[in-house]
Amino acid sequence: MSQTIFAPWDDPNEKPLIQFKGVTKRFGDFTAIDNLNIDIFEREFFALLGPSGCGKTTLMRMLAGFENPTSGSILLAGQDIVPVPPNKRAVNMMFQSYALFPHLSVWDNIAFGLRRGNASKDEIADRVEEMLRLTRLSKFAKRKPHQISGGQRQRVALARSLAKAPKLLLLDEPLGALDAKLRQDTQFELMDIQEKTGTTFVIVTHDQEEAMTVASRVAVMDEGRLIQVATPSVIYEAPETVYVADFIGDVNIIEGTASQSGDKVEITWAEGEMPIRGTTAKTFAPGQTCHFAIRPEKVTITTERPDSANMLQGRVIDIAYLGNLSTYHVKLPNGTMMKAQTANTRRLANRGITWEDDVWLSFTDTAGVLLER
Amino acid sequence: MKRFSWFNATTLTLGFAFLYLPMVILVIYSFNESKLVTVWAGFSTKWYGELLRNQEFLDAAWVTLRVAVFSSTIATILGTMAATVLVRSGRFMGRTLFSGMIYAPLVMPEVITGLSLLLLFIGIGLDRGVFTIVLAHTTFSMCYVSVVVSSRLSSFDRSLEEAALDLGCSPFAAFRLVTLPIIAPAVISGWLLAFTLSLDDLVIASFTTGPSATTLPIKIFSAVRLGVSPEINALSTLMIAIVTVGVITTSLITKRASVAQQRDEQAAARAT
Repeated sequence: MSQTIFAPWDDPNEKPLIQFKGVTKRFGDFTAIDNLNIDIFEREFFALLGPSGCGKTTLMRMLAGFENPTSGSILLAGQDIVPVPPNKRAVNMMFQSYALFPHLSVWDNIAFGLRRGNASKDEIADRVEEMLRLTRLSKFAKRKPHQISGGQRQRVALARSLAKAPKLLLLDEPLGALDAKLRQDTQFELMDIQEKTGTTFVIVTHDQEEAMTVASRVAVMDEGRLIQVATPSVIYEAPETVYVADFIGDVNIIEGTASQSGDKVEITWAEGEMPIRGTTAKTFAPGQTCHFAIRPEKVTITTERPDSANMLQGRVIDIAYLGNLSTYHVKLPNGTMMKAQTANTRRLANRGITWEDDVWLSFTDTAGVLLER
Repeated sequence: MKRFSWFNATTLTLGFAFLYLPMVILVIYSFNESKLVTVWAGFSTKWYGELLRNQEFLDAAWVTLRVAVFSSTIATILGTMAATVLVRSGRFMGRTLFSGMIYAPLVMPEVITGLSLLLLFIGIGLDRGVFTIVLAHTTFSMCYVSVVVSSRLSSFDRSLEEAALDLGCSPFAAFRLVTLPIIAPAVISGWLLAFTLSLDDLVIASFTTGPSATTLPIKIFSAVRLGVSPEINALSTLMIAIVTVGVITTSLITKRASVAQQRDEQAAARAT
């Protein structure tokens, strides 16, 4: 039995649910979205990730219908939705502030959207009960929003936006107001609900870990442009630019000049240091400036001289102890700081490396990625 | 607690005496047995009975009540609309001018307002009566309503309305089902304020009234010119009572609403 991997974006026959075609949005002189194209497919959990002010919220508000693009078109299931007002779109949104109606009970909040359609009383009641069960809120149906906790309010907001079974659900920083532990639980809950209902989710977040956890694909945005759109693992392991590599997770970036032979590259980066050996599928001109990016967990730290493609000697300046992991900040002879991360598989007393120790850093020639910019 | 001080106590007593002594005297004399206003001849409620048999006063009361109810209702609708537009429309050319113009009648001398309305009504050939007083009262009490409502709307979370639109409401339905219930306390206190203002207005009413419509304040004013009777005292006492109830209700509603809002905000803050 072969399991098909969910990847409609690789299938040329698949029709996207949402298409942004050359969308630009300007507020006065400020360009929030700059000639942007994306395809989002059915049943996807699509994350828009970027620093605040990068245009991700504007993009989402255009999908909901609260903003109109200055130029370009937005298609939902092949139909241009730009002229459609928000109350006529098969799109629902979960607001960052939740925007629960304070004068209505949890039950009435969830029923609010259903009552705007022409569903019968019984149908509405059934649907609300179903939503209450899905979000485990049945006990709180009669309470007002101010009588329940933050996590429960978040679930009411989700239930309310899902009640009308929209083609597309937009989530604007849905977990921003929750504390770390609750946020993790809720992330898995969101994924679970997304799978159960089969709804397409578009989530806006500035939390890279959240985007990585929940999303089928992540779009990294900066200054109104898409920098890279890919699955979380590709974004993490094969970023296309230094910006993406730096934005997602922790990374060591070494700038140098390339000299390539086949897929092997040697990067000359500092006086008196061995060139770094890496591999790449791209072509670099001899002497071209390039950036070598390597994640700290791919750098091994040892006290003995290891045997590896790349070896660097340095001194431990700082140790960040995170419980499960430790990150060592190692200063190389020329002053460059490198981070190396190890899993703390042994208890503290048994580990050999401490402050001011001379250590070796090593990594294989396939551990890092070479970036042009 | 601060220590009791004779200076503070005296100031307080004098201040309140200055504010309320005249009214207290009026209320006391409304229960006077004697026909002479300044001579106390024992407790009696006979002037209240007398008042109820005085058809002229009853008619005037009926006119006043109708004017107050109609004008405050229209003023509330218009004032709420004005407030919504001014708070919501963001920045546009002349916004400051518009909001200034809404509030200007608050400081305009009543005589001027009354006179200009009178000239307008004569100019367009409108017969003066209950209808013109209603129009006049609506004009000036609308500003008060819009001040009260816009202060509430400015702290109103816009995303609530967007959520309603998102869930399929037309803009009007969103206002009716979400915004209005939430700002209702401010709208109600605006109505009560307009109602009390209309109830005790003398100047503007006397400019804009005709022979067919005499409001209570006009009636009292003209009756007093012929001498103060205990009946007037009784009537005034009743009006004080009504206005007091109105003002207390308004402040209670406002207070309760602000407590509820604070509670909601605290609940929201706990979630973060």
